[in-house]
Amino acid sequence: MSILEARDLTKIYSTGFTALNSVNLEIREGEVMALLGPNGAGKTTLISIICGITEATAGTVLVGGHDNVTSAMQARQLIGLVPQEITLEPFEKVIDTMRFSRGLFGMRSNDAHLDRLLDKLSLTDKRESRVHTLSGGMRRRVLIAKALSHEPRILFLDEPTAGVDVELRNAMWQTVSELKDDGVTIILTTHYIVEAEAIADRVAIINKGEIRIVEDKQELMARMGEKQITIELADAISMIPDVLAEYNLELSSCGRELDYRYDARASRTGITTLLNGLREAGLQMTDIQTRQSTLEEIFVKLMQDDQ
Amino acid sequence: MNTRAIVTIYRMEMARFFRTLTQSFVSPVLSTSLYFVVFGAAIGSKIQEVDGVEYGAFIVPGLMMLTIMTQATSNASFGIYFPKFIGTIYEILSAPVSFLDVTIGYVGAAATKSLFIGTVILVTARMFVDFSIQNPFAMLAFLILTCLCFSLLGFIIGIWASNFEQLQLIPLLVITPLVFLGGTFYSISMLPPLWQSITLFNPVLYLISGFRWSFYGHADVPVSISLLAISVFTLVCMLVIRWIFKTGWRIRS
Ligand SMILES: Nc1ncnc2c1ncn2[C@@H]1O[C@H](COP(=O)(O)OP(=O)(O)OP(=O)(O)O)[C@@H](O)[C@H]1O
Ligand SMILES: [Mg+2]
Repeated sequence: MSILEARDLTKIYSTGFTALNSVNLEIREGEVMALLGPNGAGKTTLISIICGITEATAGTVLVGGHDNVTSAMQARQLIGLVPQEITLEPFEKVIDTMRFSRGLFGMRSNDAHLDRLLDKLSLTDKRESRVHTLSGGMRRRVLIAKALSHEPRILFLDEPTAGVDVELRNAMWQTVSELKDDGVTIILTTHYIVEAEAIADRVAIINKGEIRIVEDKQELMARMGEKQITIELADAISMIPDVLAEYNLELSSCGRELDYRYDARASRTGITTLLNGLREAGLQMTDIQTRQSTLEEIFVKLMQDDQ
Repeated sequence: MNTRAIVTIYRMEMARFFRTLTQSFVSPVLSTSLYFVVFGAAIGSKIQEVDGVEYGAFIVPGLMMLTIMTQATSNASFGIYFPKFIGTIYEILSAPVSFLDVTIGYVGAAATKSLFIGTVILVTARMFVDFSIQNPFAMLAFLILTCLCFSLLGFIIGIWASNFEQLQLIPLLVITPLVFLGGTFYSISMLPPLWQSITLFNPVLYLISGFRWSFYGHADVPVSISLLAISVFTLVCMLVIRWIFKTGWRIRS
């Protein structure tokens, strides 16, 4: 079932710039959706409209079946937002900013819940610290703590890991997968596509205000990705023997390696015949490696095709 | 209505106020004391009495009004402008709170703060001069209505302003002159007839006159008109806020 639905969303800013052009997107309950796109693609604009911070020029958003304009209260109650920009009251204590978020969403105070969040986000020792005394990465975690303090069913993370160190980034993704286990739907943007590849169930790619692709991550990678076999040779060769011409091999590592790209989903990958061909040509192999395109490579390729 | 959200906003704002308690109180107390020294002592030695009230005591209600009006306006405008300025407004915009909730929270806090400050001014004044309050309930009513009215006005200014200059503009160019010219330090009967008539167009006159009446039983204009005036101002501010609420003016991009 879809918990969130954007229909024909268009946003034209007062400058006349069209940031979103008839965007349709459906989010399924409980999934992790990665929203990927280059700078200025419209990711933050889309999130801001869904959360009620920006008004759409046209189109509708349904959150848990509630229209986010006509039934704004019910719609917003379900959403937690971690904005891209770090915006916090500098002189408040960490715990107080969390209590504020919880109260704003009309929820009974529950410090035990807030303390659990602080613990998860490694902020326990900063509980009573004032925000302006924290580092950038800590502040970003405070933003996450605030968004989670009112127990949202849908969590938006707009570049949650920007400026966060490696160890904590991993801890943060751990938290995300725990939230997913609790049934929270998560929509995240990140420029670290490796992370999206690791955590997302589905991927939406947006560019120039338009959704290009919305697809299951595995399917996308199988569909768009290439596989490659690298064959290490015992002796370097200077050119590829004629018998192997049909495979479009590439010679690398000063003639010591042959690269073969193939479509993993084709009924005949050509691997067996290639190996026979190698034997015929009298080439000796010392090792074989296979490798699959990463989501990042697919993304980069898609963006280049889009130019 | 999201009552918890209203209480949350209110408490947050009050916490900010108490965190800067000295700052919040020192400046109004200091300026009031200065007014007493300059006006009360210097001018008071020339003007013995106004409408049968000793000059030092005569200026007390006007001074309280002056402080309340400026403090309520600046507190309320800053209260809502600050989150706009640093960006934390995103949270309020995305929370399940109506504009009415937000208004009650911020305006309520600003009105409470100015009520506190007004009380402090009253106590400070009592240390300089001797006076009594004839109609304490009327005095309280005028005080609360004025705090509310100018907090609403400040809230509107805070929403309207898109930079710090605009935030200061209206208090500086409109409110302060109107308060000074509205009979804070004098009774309009002391003015030439032409100026008396002109002053009648100053809305602040009605507030100060009514407030002073609650202290000493003397008024420049009938008390009923004063009460009507403050009620009308409050209503107008509320209508403007309702309009802002309906049109989403200057709040969402
Ligand atoms: N308030 C605004 N007024 C005018 N144009 C805007 C405004 N906000 C954003 N834009 C424009 O809309 C486009 C999309 O911006 P948006 O912030 O949604 O991009 P994004 O995908 O989040 O990019 P990034 O990865 O850099 O965060 C950009 O070209 C930006 O310049
Ligand atoms: Mg962005």
